[in-house]
Amino acid sequence: MHVATTGARMDGETDVAAGLGEAAQRPILAGYDPGPFFCELTTSRPDDGGALAAIAARLAALPVEELRRRAAAAERDLFNLGITFTVYSEATAIDRILPFDLIPRVLTAGEWRTLEAGVKQRVAALNLFLHDVYNAQRILKDGVVPADLVLGNANYRPEMQGFPVPFNTYVHICGTDIVRDTDGTFRVLEDNARTPSGVSYVIENRHAMLRAFPDLMRGVALRPVDGYGIRLQEAMCEIAPASVDDPQVVLLSPGIYNSAYFEHVFLAREMGVPLVEGADLVVENDRVFMRTTTGLAPVHAIYRRIDDTFLDPTVFRPDSMLGVPGLIAAWRKGNVALANAVGTGVADDKALYAYMPRIIRYYLAEDAILQNVETQICREEEGLAYTLANLDRLVVKPVGESGGYGITIGPRATREELEAARAKLIADPANWISQPVIGLSVGPTLTPDGLRPRHLDLRPYAITARDTWVLPGGLSRVALKPGSLVVNSSQGGGSKDTWVLVDE
Amino acid sequence: MNAMPKQPLLARYAESLFWMARYLERIENMARVIDVTQTFETSGRAAQAWESVVRINADEEAFRVRYGEPSPEAVRRFYLLDRDNPTSIPAAVAAARQNARTLRPLISTEMWQQLNVFHAWMTALTEEEAAADQLSRLCARIKEAVQLNTGITEGTFFRDQGWFFLQLGRQIERADQTTRLLDIKYHLLLPSLADIGSALDLSQWHALLRAAAGYHAFRRAHPRGLTPHSVADFLLLNGAFPRSTLLCVRLAEWNLDQLRHRYGLRVRAPAERLEELRAGLEERTIDQVINGGLHEFLDWVQRMLIAVAGEIGTAFFRDWRPLAVEAQSQA
Repeated sequence: MHVATTGARMDGETDVAAGLGEAAQRPILAGYDPGPFFCELTTSRPDDGGALAAIAARLAALPVEELRRRAAAAERDLFNLGITFTVYSEATAIDRILPFDLIPRVLTAGEWRTLEAGVKQRVAALNLFLHDVYNAQRILKDGVVPADLVLGNANYRPEMQGFPVPFNTYVHICGTDIVRDTDGTFRVLEDNARTPSGVSYVIENRHAMLRAFPDLMRGVALRPVDGYGIRLQEAMCEIAPASVDDPQVVLLSPGIYNSAYFEHVFLAREMGVPLVEGADLVVENDRVFMRTTTGLAPVHAIYRRIDDTFLDPTVFRPDSMLGVPGLIAAWRKGNVALANAVGTGVADDKALYAYMPRIIRYYLAEDAILQNVETQICREEEGLAYTLANLDRLVVKPVGESGGYGITIGPRATREELEAARAKLIADPANWISQPVIGLSVGPTLTPDGLRPRHLDLRPYAITARDTWVLPGGLSRVALKPGSLVVNSSQGGGSKDTWVLVDE
Repeated sequence: MNAMPKQPLLARYAESLFWMARYLERIENMARVIDVTQTFETSGRAAQAWESVVRINADEEAFRVRYGEPSPEAVRRFYLLDRDNPTSIPAAVAAARQNARTLRPLISTEMWQQLNVFHAWMTALTEEEAAADQLSRLCARIKEAVQLNTGITEGTFFRDQGWFFLQLGRQIERADQTTRLLDIKYHLLLPSLADIGSALDLSQWHALLRAAAGYHAFRRAHPRGLTPHSVADFLLLNGAFPRSTLLCVRLAEWNLDQLRHRYGLRVRAPAERLEELRAGLEERTIDQVINGGLHEFLDWVQRMLIAVAGEIGTAFFRDWRPLAVEAQSQA
């Protein structure tokens, strides 16, 4: 048992709140019912060591008004600290925070061991797959993955063919979207192998939690989350050209108008490296330099937060103002490292996702530690037929979109919406996959009606150079609308702190 | 020669530091100008007093297009609330914050947070908060917000190249702003030269010194008496008062020289301009300045400062382009 009893300070605050009305005094977990769903806080787990019950007991002692006061203070801090993204319209620029919910999501040490091993396995398979696809293409020749699915993919980069990358690592930073179904089984929903974002919130949420809720955390031993920047910096140095003793790492950002700019700043600061924009870099004689006050200074490793097609106007989109002319040539010469490598998008495509269990088995001769969600591939006749016959029971997703756009959730859709989805499926089956509706796990979340269950997902972040390291926990995103399954920040999602308990 | 720095400074960061400091300094001085103008208003020439603020900022045309004839209310609104006016305080706060956002990887979180909160406050400022009876308190709060930032910067900002670019921007802007403060008084006097030396005139010089936070400092330099000449001399040519134009120019020169000496920057062109400006200040007495035309002299100082900033930009910032030969030697 590593949970202290309720602290004196919390008792005192309960007293302060004694003058409030009856509703305000009601214990906040009273009336909380997760229904048929797995609850990430209140469903007890065999190895939680009593921690979950103790956290729930502390929360139970807290009047809801007190929680609201703390939540408001936490959100104000995030705003003042500029942990925001800017929403631009024609006339205005409004800064918004990603809504932050104070009630944590808790993973036990055992759960985390499974997740960590599963993520590492998945990243290993993605990298083996990419190396194969951009070299011998065994997996295509063996017919495990259809060749046209890879070679005809918009994110396949023929420029990468035969090009060696250090340690055969293509996906240096990976975000794996994981959900949990009603019986508590973790399932991978999606791999993000291009430029996954959100890791800054993992760390900032923990800081926010320490400011707002130190008494909830007191005595609970958690895995720390602050090593990410150092790990990332080390990985960048590992992949830098071997001939350089003290490599200069930079973070390449599209600039302050990008919605993830806060995260770019955060990571540059955590790594202790300059945040550069395309115009700060120049390539001469296939070497990359940054413009400084004293002249050109060499750059050896670039953590880029710009999509492939914007990286180098001489190779990809000629209209890109964000990239650096000549960057790809410098990379191919081995004079600079890029993370992630170009062309990783072919591996995290939603259509390819369906093949991941087979890909893992093919390269690693292991079963997937983390299950996929059962997926119908509509480009295959059988999958399309099944999907069309069960449209009202399935989630239908376009393969090329991200951010939760273009999804039809069968059981929630109107007849018109279902017919629209049917028409799209028939018109272009290859653009679609379908999956059963997963009863996503929930967590108690502060709403106008008090604490209510809201659906969650989890995105752990893995860093890979020579080896893979996974940041303990990850980003827990929460769908704030009642019953909603869409957790994306662009669609009204928020986030929670993710606690990984330490083994006794 | 000291050891060369390990950490190079991005040209874009240097530019943002220089301009962030300039905008912050401008905000503080605008608050001082508005505060002192309110004092001048009591002379019964309210409209003229506020009109002179528009004139020293060279905003006559922009103001007329938006508001017509200057009234005290319109001028206050133009500088305190109108975010579409690029010379307003909220616009300058937004510009300072924009630069700070660019600099987030470099500056301390405390510097950023204070400026971010300052910006949120200025953006939400209401008409009531900028009303005449609140004005002095509002100006004090604005000044304090900048001074707080200055203090946080002093206490938290890493002392490398960036620090010197920040100081350079601050001193150049401060030198410029003091000439504008002096110029207000000049414009205000224009319609009634007969007032020179009158009780009203002296009380206005007095107010000017206070606006520059210089009254007590002035008394240390001039224990007795207060004449227009001695005040102008103090604000323009004193070697110890932190807002005097001459001291600011000397400090700018010193900061530029540190960049050369410590970091090997090629400062020749801006350094020559600064030296020319300093010599122009040092070789004249205040009598010579006033006899030659105070306004014309202030104008020359302002144009020289613009030239200095231009040279700095060409040498280190946006206009900077590496020569092929230099690039070779750097590689």
